[in-house]
Amino acid sequence: MKQEEDFESNLTGDKEKQEEAKQRWFRRIKKGILTSTSEKKETPEGLWTKCPECNYISTSADLRENLYVCQKCNHHHRIGSLEYYDIIFDNADYEELFDNIRSKDFLGFTDLKPYGKRLQDIWEKTDLTDSMRVAVGDVGGNTIVIACMDFEFIGGSLGSVMGEKFSRAVDFCIEHKYPYMVISKSGGARMMESAFSLMQLAKTSGKLSQLTDAGLPYISMLTDPTFGGISASFGMLGDLNIAEPGALIGFAGPRVIKETIKKDLPPGFQRSEFLLEHGFLDFIVDRKELKQKIAQLIVLFQG
Amino acid sequence: MPEYPNRQFLNFEQPIKDLYEQIEQTKKLADKNAKVDYTQTIIQLQDSIVEKRREITENLTPWQRVQLSRHPDRPYTLKYINKMCTNFIELHGDRNVKDDKAMVGGFAQLAGETVMFIGQQKGVNTKMRQLRNFGMANPEGYRKALRLMRLAEKFNKPVITLIDTPGAFPGMEAEERGQGEAIARNIYEMIRLKVPVICVIIGEGASGGALGIGVGDKVLMLENSWYTVISPENCSSILWRSWDMKETAAEQLKLTSDNMFEFGLVDGVVPEPIGGAHWNYDEAALILKNYLVPIIKELKQIDPAERVKQRIEKFSKMGFWEELPE
Repeated sequence: MKQEEDFESNLTGDKEKQEEAKQRWFRRIKKGILTSTSEKKETPEGLWTKCPECNYISTSADLRENLYVCQKCNHHHRIGSLEYYDIIFDNADYEELFDNIRSKDFLGFTDLKPYGKRLQDIWEKTDLTDSMRVAVGDVGGNTIVIACMDFEFIGGSLGSVMGEKFSRAVDFCIEHKYPYMVISKSGGARMMESAFSLMQLAKTSGKLSQLTDAGLPYISMLTDPTFGGISASFGMLGDLNIAEPGALIGFAGPRVIKETIKKDLPPGFQRSEFLLEHGFLDFIVDRKELKQKIAQLIVLFQG
Repeated sequence: MPEYPNRQFLNFEQPIKDLYEQIEQTKKLADKNAKVDYTQTIIQLQDSIVEKRREITENLTPWQRVQLSRHPDRPYTLKYINKMCTNFIELHGDRNVKDDKAMVGGFAQLAGETVMFIGQQKGVNTKMRQLRNFGMANPEGYRKALRLMRLAEKFNKPVITLIDTPGAFPGMEAEERGQGEAIARNIYEMIRLKVPVICVIIGEGASGGALGIGVGDKVLMLENSWYTVISPENCSSILWRSWDMKETAAEQLKLTSDNMFEFGLVDGVVPEPIGGAHWNYDEAALILKNYLVPIIKELKQIDPAERVKQRIEKFSKMGFWEELPE
């Protein structure tokens, strides 16, 4: 069993921690080598990828070909919104919506670093505007709106921007009579937005209520990891709740539970299979069957 | 309500304790020395206790306010219900797993009108605190709350929730029984509930555990309560990677009733007796009752569909972001 990852550390938004979380197979031990990995010509970054579950090493190209699923142990590697869109939408053809909304440091929140600075740093390093993207496109010939989280952006945390994008996505679905799907991957609420982030739970649930009244289906897909505010709101409110295999899903994180009950947690605790067994998921879907399953569901809801 | 010397004092309440001690000493002197009249001195000291209570609560830091919200003598949900209402009948169980003692509820009459009360309950002594699980409900607590809300809806009675929790319980069984789902379901159903819903944070309002019974047409906070996404301790441990920054975390989170009202995230702040609710239960309950009664009257005049629409719109407006030109 691999060591439990402390995914909460991703909520701090610190890049160094995130690098750790990616579990590089190569670590620079000697000091004094100043060439950054990305500048090294002879060994392009990410040529090889090691599976964090079974240590199987494959070329990144092969892994991509296999939809970022380990060929040996079927471990589903964490991927971002663009990868999901490429996998799910017909011909990888889709249109991104509401990408002009960005976070703002309204409270002047400062922990080890000011929130405003944190946001600035991530915007410079990535092409993400926040922890959720929304896109519309066809799956199996039928149109669907898919909102998808990016764990890379402050641990996929739920803040005002995610709430607002979610909200507009629902309005868009109601306007055009499209089904709605959300792919979650988040450590929980964005603490730097304090109570505003908490209120997004109510905001998103209110919008889902309007989607229900419009008679449109909502599919919630949970991927590794999905915790806190997401599972305590729209993550668990799907007409269908589905998940990828082996994903860690829960309300309280394993670290907090362990500290509370002062016992080790049983193997498989809070994994997708555990949630299925306890009645909180409709089914678990392998990434290779994801596109086909979504297409099938849209047809079933329509017919 | 405990009286001195059974009263408990927080660090920053120490000057009040000193005054009580002075009164005790003066009384002893009076007993020994019958010739001197100490009545005036005692009255003066009692007045200065009230003055000191005012002085202390006027200059509290956010962290001190968090401490006050957890004051061991502070009144809890059942206390408010019993002081505000008549004819209270407590109802138990989620009809599914068990009866969660951390979540209480039942019908009662408030100013002659039947209302469904629901709230987290903390214990008043060590034994009761354990029984009540420190006000941390399990999924069955949230499901019991939902059952009672539906019952209220069926008979067209308003719902009042009293929130006081350090969070939903983070235990193994809670996860097995779907803590996240239970809270999510409550939030979703509460925002659609056809009867008026008023929520009051009477002590601690921590995260999803609070919001799980906290979606209402009107959300009020008692003066010395707090409400935010995470407790200052847990925020400190995650963001600062240390348990020692809770004071700073409390400041940064802007979790006081004043802040929350200023942000428009709650609809009103209910004053407490001088020095905090723990100084006078009757007064605290009476002030709250006088806030609740007119609000119920006002909400009842709105058409149910319109009320739900307004409730959803209110929460939809919450948040801050910037929009870049397309």
